[in-house]
Amino acid sequence: MNSPTVLETFLWVIIPYMALAVFVLGHVWRFRRDRFGWTTRSSQIYESKLLRIGSPLFHYGIIFVFLGHVIGLGIPKTWTSAVGITDHMYHFMAITVGLGAAAATVGGLVLLIYRRRTNNRVFGATTRLDKLMYLMLAVVIFAGVYSTIFDSALGGYDYREGVSVWFRQFWMFQPDVSLMAQAPLGFKVHVMSAILIFALWPFTRLVHVFAAPLGYLTRPYIIYRSKDWQRQPQRRGWETIDY
Amino acid sequence: MRIMAQMAMVMNLDKCIGCHTCSVTCKQAWTNRKGTEYVWFNNVETRPGQGYPRGYEDQDKWQGGWALSRNGRLKLKAGGKLKKLASIFSNPKLPGIEDYYEPWSYEYDNLLSAPEQKHIPTAPPKSLLTGERMDIKWSGNWDDDLGGTYAKADLDPMLKSIGDKVKLEFEETFMFYLPRICEHCLNPSCVASCPSGAIYKREEDGIVLVDQDSCRGWRMCISGCPYKKIYFNHRTGKAEKCTFCYPRIENGEPTVCAETCVGRLRYIGLVFYDADRVTEAASVPDEKDLFAAQKNLILDPHDPDVMNAAEQAGIPHDWIMAAQRSPVYKLIKDYDLALPLHPEYRTMPMVWYIPPLSPVVDVVKDTGYDAENAVNLFAAIDELRIPIEYLANLFTAGDTDIVADVLRRMAAMRAFMRDINMGIEPDERIPHSVGMDPEEMEDMYRLLAIAKYDERYVIPAGHSEQAHSLEGIGSDCPLNAEGGPGMNEMPDIASRGFAGTSGMSDPLAERSAEDEGGRSHLRGRLNLLNWDGKGRPTGLFPSADGQTGA
Repeated sequence: MNSPTVLETFLWVIIPYMALAVFVLGHVWRFRRDRFGWTTRSSQIYESKLLRIGSPLFHYGIIFVFLGHVIGLGIPKTWTSAVGITDHMYHFMAITVGLGAAAATVGGLVLLIYRRRTNNRVFGATTRLDKLMYLMLAVVIFAGVYSTIFDSALGGYDYREGVSVWFRQFWMFQPDVSLMAQAPLGFKVHVMSAILIFALWPFTRLVHVFAAPLGYLTRPYIIYRSKDWQRQPQRRGWETIDY
Repeated sequence: MRIMAQMAMVMNLDKCIGCHTCSVTCKQAWTNRKGTEYVWFNNVETRPGQGYPRGYEDQDKWQGGWALSRNGRLKLKAGGKLKKLASIFSNPKLPGIEDYYEPWSYEYDNLLSAPEQKHIPTAPPKSLLTGERMDIKWSGNWDDDLGGTYAKADLDPMLKSIGDKVKLEFEETFMFYLPRICEHCLNPSCVASCPSGAIYKREEDGIVLVDQDSCRGWRMCISGCPYKKIYFNHRTGKAEKCTFCYPRIENGEPTVCAETCVGRLRYIGLVFYDADRVTEAASVPDEKDLFAAQKNLILDPHDPDVMNAAEQAGIPHDWIMAAQRSPVYKLIKDYDLALPLHPEYRTMPMVWYIPPLSPVVDVVKDTGYDAENAVNLFAAIDELRIPIEYLANLFTAGDTDIVADVLRRMAAMRAFMRDINMGIEPDERIPHSVGMDPEEMEDMYRLLAIAKYDERYVIPAGHSEQAHSLEGIGSDCPLNAEGGPGMNEMPDIASRGFAGTSGMSDPLAERSAEDEGGRSHLRGRLNLLNWDGKGRPTGLFPSADGQTGA
């Protein structure tokens, strides 16, 4: 293993950890300082016909893509082969389900960007940060699709022995830079643009991902709240002293 | 039993002249901001008409409110929680801006900055959404005073069941105005629809509010509310709604819409209800029984059991007294005049309406008969099925008997009081014919016709004493402890009861109580200039031990 160059270390060690720090601290800051701005900032009221197709297509697609990444990046190759899943079976699943999800995501994204650009009401409500976010999303997704098709499926690069290993090492604070440095260009672009979008994340409307209202399923329908703090259940750490 | 207090409103539609003052003052107070251009917490609709947003009452289309599931349980009409979450990426039942109107302004600057030219410069309309020039095609209240209703009558969802019978020819038509705010329902479907749990009903006064910091802009409340009284602020991406002017209510003042109502047709007061029985009442199988079920939820504040339970539930004493004086309670329960708007939505709305008698009076007058005569009016109420069916579609889920009873009471009062005002011997058979005695009818007349400010608005101020002294808020000065050096500067919170108690109703009196902080040697004495002459306030006479009053 050659020792990595300065540039490689910068790209695949320093930037990723900086992005992680910005991602975490950015969300903490946003939650504490700008809870009012924590919203999807929906544009459905302006335009609904294209959104009705594009938005579920994109969101459901990206959820499946995310799950695919959890499997592909999180589960080591040795584990799947240990339970008897051959490489062939794994790749067949990854390509079929993965490409289906990718098609939905890309189709949804194209539709949404088209809608945002052509509908004047929607475009009027689009900020500069929104545009940057859309650009980054497009780069990440297209690079991901490109590298999956041309580098992985057709090119014979096994990301499960390259990028995935680096990803797990990243979380154990021992990333092997050479794994990324030797990855095909498509993967490099995909990973780097993803890292950058994570750094951008807390400052955009993407924060709405962390507002997914799963608590709705378990809470009662009607909520009562008192304006008087004394009537509220006591918060932890604020119990009064019982003399 | 879990007693809760609810701030409720009654509007007497007979007195509404459709001037829109309530809408305008409300807008100036609450929604004159970017992103809320099209938002009218209070709007006034001409009925028959489409309403705002257009056709909002068509729940086959919008799926607002509650419905009964096949096994008879109450569920959101638009579907359960899983279905709501599954459709979160694109709300299938959200009104578009075109269902309201595209907000616009005019290029006024053009009038001043246009170069010298042959034609007078104009101020063309400009969209506030895109900033481009636009053609104005529709706006709120474009069917005001039946304008355009003749062409668009089929768009009023409430005419569907009786549409073929309604004649919208000019000579035979009827109309009235319907001012609408948020209903602050006992069983609010917006609260139930909100995935984030950002909308809540306030325990103290039942006002339904949106926590702006918790709202994440999923827009489910907008489809969930069958009255379409939650709006989307397209600038902030958050839901906004009528707040019942809670900062004013907390200070014992009426809402802006009520305060500025030219016809003085709004009444505000408390009602007590049993929160444990709300779901049961909203689940009554027959829609026509919902009105009775809702009315039965409201408890008699004079009943000693209710008073005890209210005290147990922590409702302050002055609130219980205010509930006993509540004009809203009287109009709903004592005089049986007020009806809820669309009880069939099963949300238990708490803004009530006295249906208008004027369509009936107008018809009798036009035929040349005496429109103040009880016999004529009763006959007309029996004959004029169409306006009454229409009113029943709005207020009683189609039960015309209830509406006819209310109108008969109002007609009887009209005839009975005419005789009194004309100095003719009043006919006691008239009140008896609608099940009232003459004194009761005169009281009802007084409340409907000449009730003063203090009688129309019985609003106990909110109690913030406990919250104020909490460590967490820390707005109190430690020197202000009992007998401490800061006590002299403390305004007397306890003396700020609800408006109407002797000696305290005058706002000037309140102000002077704060102003005289520098003249502490006068504390405890009464300023006779502020005394309204009623009762014997403390401090009028020195106490027996020679001190000035406490």
